[in-house]
Amino acid sequence: MHETAIAQSLLEIVKEQALLYGAKKVTRIRIKVGALSGVVPEALQFAFEVLSRGGVAEGARLEIEEVPSRIRCEDCGVFEGTPFLVCPNCGKLAELLSGRELEIESMEIEDGGEGS
Amino acid sequence: MEVRVVKDILEANEVIARENRRLFEQEGLYVLNLMGAPGTGKTTLLERTIELLKDRWRVGVLEGDIATTRDSERIASHGVPVVQINTGGACHLDGNMVRGGLGALDLRGLQVLFVENVGNLVCPAEFNIGEDDKAMILSVTEGDDKPLKYPLMFQVSSLLLLNKIDLLPYVDFDVERFKEYARRVNPQIEIIEVSCKTGQGLSDWVKWLESRIAQKVK
Ligand SMILES: Nc1nc2c(ncn2[C@@H]2O[C@H](COP(=O)(O)OP(=O)(O)OP(=O)(O)O)[C@@H](O)[C@H]2O)c(=O)[nH]1
Ligand SMILES: [Mg+2]
Ligand SMILES: [Zn+2]
Repeated sequence: MHETAIAQSLLEIVKEQALLYGAKKVTRIRIKVGALSGVVPEALQFAFEVLSRGGVAEGARLEIEEVPSRIRCEDCGVFEGTPFLVCPNCGKLAELLSGRELEIESMEIEDGGEGS
Repeated sequence: MEVRVVKDILEANEVIARENRRLFEQEGLYVLNLMGAPGTGKTTLLERTIELLKDRWRVGVLEGDIATTRDSERIASHGVPVVQINTGGACHLDGNMVRGGLGALDLRGLQVLFVENVGNLVCPAEFNIGEDDKAMILSVTEGDDKPLKYPLMFQVSSLLLLNKIDLLPYVDFDVERFKEYARRVNPQIEIIEVSCKTGQGLSDWVKWLESRIAQKVK
């Protein structure tokens, strides 16, 4: 659904970073997408492919690492893969450790000079 | 060459949302981001709410709409300033679109700003616009399992309005089960049952709203 907007924001960061490093081409981009972020990886791949055409990241491989949700209940410990913010054991409000990520990690560039 | 970046992909939106927020602080304006699926009753709720509030507070509205001006016209008929934001096909409002809309509104005269987000149960939840509160509406015709199927919007909202309760006799909607699901997803969410048709529950909603407004507007 809103993967188009996400892909657009991602490409803006990529463009800005490519400029910073003097890169002519971006060949690979690694991102993290949390299970609770509401982003569907396949839809993001598709949007990225379409929107990157004609730009510095055209043809780049988008590697999406899916981060499972993890919550911590102060009484029962850590649970992985639960879609909610309450402890599946005792029902208490739990702390979210991960799962809402939507982050770019790194990118592989060609023709980069000495960047900072 | 591999370069590390490590940035929040929505960072650009967050930056603009924070700028919007600073502007709202400066103007002493309370801003509510109203979200919910198409047809759930967002515009109807705003129309009723404006009538209940407009003698006490100076209210304005930003209308997010994919293409039409229908909702803006409905709001304008209640005599409050309204600005239409056409998202050009986008399924949500983001900080930048809201900033654009603000330019067309005289904020200095206002105390309360309602933002009707685009009708969608998923995407608007992801984008902050600088609001004080996010509230969502769900109507009883949409099914009581929605918190489990679309948890994100329930998680980011501080208030959940269950609308069209006048239709409860005609649909299979278990209110208690719905509330249990919603609290499972977000234990802190406040839930108010309303009917924009009969007016039932609207006084509770206005009470919630005015307590929030009073905290912000001096
Ligand atoms: N029976 C009943 N109908 C309602 C109620 N609230 C809204 N409606 C009707 O629901 C329909 C949709 O209402 P809108 O207010 O236009 O919904 P919306 O959420 O603004 O829709 P979009 O802007 O298109 O996403 C209208 O026909 C309203 O009259 C209610 O409490 N009970
Ligand atoms: Mg509407
Ligand atoms: Zn527990």
